[in-house]
Parts: sequence; structure tokens; C-alpha cells
Amino acid sequence: MTTEQIHELLAKRFGDAVLPYQAPAAGDPWIGLRPESLAEAALFLRDDKALAFDLLRIVTGVDWKDRISAVYHLYSTRHNHEVTIRVDLDRADPRVESVTPVWPAADWHEREAFDMIGIVFEGHPNMTRILMPDDWEGHPLRKDYVAPTEYHGISNVQ
Amino acid sequence: MSEQMTAQTQPPSAEELLRGAVKDPRELTRYLSYLKTLTEEGLNGSVLIAPLDAAINWSRANSIWPLSFGIACCAIEMMCAGASKFDLDRFGAGAFRPTPRQGDLMIVAGTVTHKMAPRLRRLWEQMPEPKFVMAMGACTIGGGPYCKYGYSVVKGLDKIVPVDIYVPGCPPRPEALIDAFLKLQARIRTDRPIEERIKGKEQGRGERA
Ligand code: SF4
Repeated sequence: MTTEQIHELLAKRFGDAVLPYQAPAAGDPWIGLRPESLAEAALFLRDDKALAFDLLRIVTGVDWKDRISAVYHLYSTRHNHEVTIRVDLDRADPRVESVTPVWPAADWHEREAFDMIGIVFEGHPNMTRILMPDDWEGHPLRKDYVAPTEYHGISNVQ
Repeated sequence: MSEQMTAQTQPPSAEELLRGAVKDPRELTRYLSYLKTLTEEGLNGSVLIAPLDAAINWSRANSIWPLSFGIACCAIEMMCAGASKFDLDRFGAGAFRPTPRQGDLMIVAGTVTHKMAPRLRRLWEQMPEPKFVMAMGACTIGGGPYCKYGYSVVKGLDKIVPVDIYVPGCPPRPEALIDAFLKLQARIRTDRPIEERIKGKEQGRGERA
């Protein structure tokens, strides 16, 4: 199934929670969802016979400066098709339901997105940093991130 | 019987040793005056220290057991240097140890992050004296490719532990690592371990940091 067909299916089921389809000028197509409906849509994407997205490839975050997106890349081993789901979040307080209960693979990916971009995945079993030290301040992949000049007494400048 | 034992356990004095070993009286006078100088310097007549130093240095320089510390891409070249083609074991440095207690040399081969820094420092502290540190590659020397934007990278290993030898490159080839070994060996041969111990300096190296 193409992304457009999947979008049609989702829109029929979730109505307004699915943003209108936009064919991208370049790169891969994607489907935008409202964050409130993500958990429900994830279950539908996984369990619907025609979709059967049983594999979550990656969860990432994007900082657009005015908003933050969580991006999910899904793949179906049964139908050999794939889709990209994107939810746009409030940059001041980016929160979205965790999909770890739906795809256990999301566990570490969501922790990384939290660590690097600062998206909080609600309902995640262990929402802590995964790469940076636990007491690190800030989320390094945010566009306005400024690296500390010192960490635990060790200078961080040349 | 007991007299004999006492005689055996009493070590001969340096002067007695010299009288036995040196036949030429002029040589003997020279040695004795040297001995006197040493005694005056508070070395208790240890005229044997020079050859002992050499023996200790020889054994130290030819048996440098590295602590395995491959933490990024540079480690690949380090492994290569240790493998059959370059064979670091030719210089007595092929026994990579997994524990700091058996390591003489820490080859820090790779990118040191702030998260790693306290662990690295602790491992270095756990190594027994004499210990040496080699900073392998641009990353350990000054942050390397992560120098400007690497928020998580320590920009220079010498901010954490004292470094004896820097090996530039990204990564340095095994030849460069071997060259660093030879330089380290040459440096070890100039050490005066006994003299330093007598003067109470042996512990000094650990406190350079
Ligand atoms: S110096 Fe270059 S090769 Fe060595 S760890 Fe750094 S990036 Fe990798």
C-alpha cells in the first residue's frame, strides 16, 4: 500500500485527527497525526489486517524551531510496505503518549528522543536519559542548545 | 654453627665487594672516592644502583602490558598493531590486560566523552606504579573532529590524567603507535627508579595530575 492509500484508511477511521495529506516536494511521504490520537492510531496500524505494521523501525525527533515533531517509521513484514507517521508537538512542553506498549522496540528509541530533543513520552516504563549522563542539562539536538563550558570540574572548551 | 650463619646473613659491604671485584688499585681508589661521594649524598653506599637501575629499566621497558582501552575508531588501529601483521609483542607489549591492576600503560585509543571521563580517571588511579599514559589519535589529544561542536567530548585527555606520549593522527597508523612505543621505551630507559626511591621520589609521578 502507498502512503496515500494508508492515509485514506486512517482518515476514514480517525477523521479530523489525521491531518490532510500533502505530497512532499522531495523525500519520502508522511502522514501527520494529532498527538491525542497517536496511541489509538498506533494500535490500529499494528492490528488492522490490511495494514499490519508489526515493525517499528525508528522513533526520532525533529526541532523545527517553532514546534517539535516525533517521527515514527513503520514497516509491515507481512505486506512489505512502509509508512512514516509524524506528530507535531508544542515546543515549550513536547508531550505525547508512548508507543512502547504497542511496539516494545520503541523503548530505547523514545528514551533517545527524550535525551536528545526533550520529547516526554507519557506512559513510558523508564523515561530517563539513555546517552548523556543522568545529570546533564539540556537536550543537545535542540537548535538553541548551548553546550556547557564545564562539566564536573572538567573544562569543555579547547 | 650460629657464628657461621651470622656471617652468611650479614651482607658484604660495598667496599668489601669492590676489593674482591676490582684488581687494579688505581681503579679501586677511584671507585672508593665515588662511593664516598654517594655516601655523602645520603645514598648509604649503594654503589650498585646504576647497574640495578639499568636492570629494572630493561625489564620495565621490555614488558609494557597495555590496559585495553579501545573506546572508538582508533582502537581498530591499535588492535591491528597488536595483531600478527605488526605484532606489538615484539616489543613486549602484546599482553593487553582487561584489568587496570595488571596494566603498565593505558593506551587511550578513541574519543573520551564526559560520561567516560570519571571512569577513565578511576581506572588510571587503579593502575599500579610505574604507569604510563599514551594519548592515541586526534580525539584524545584535543577533541579531534569533535573539538568545535562536540558538546559531550572531553577536549584533551590531559584534562583528566597526565599524558606521557601523544600520537597524532585520525587514526594514527600502527607504525605510528609502534614508534610511540619505541619512544616510550627510550624514555623509560632514562628513568632512575632506585635513586628516586631512595630519595623518596618514586611516589611523585602519581601526583603530577
Ligand atoms: S582520532 Fe579519529 S580515528 Fe581516532 S577515535 Fe577520534 S575520530 Fe576516531
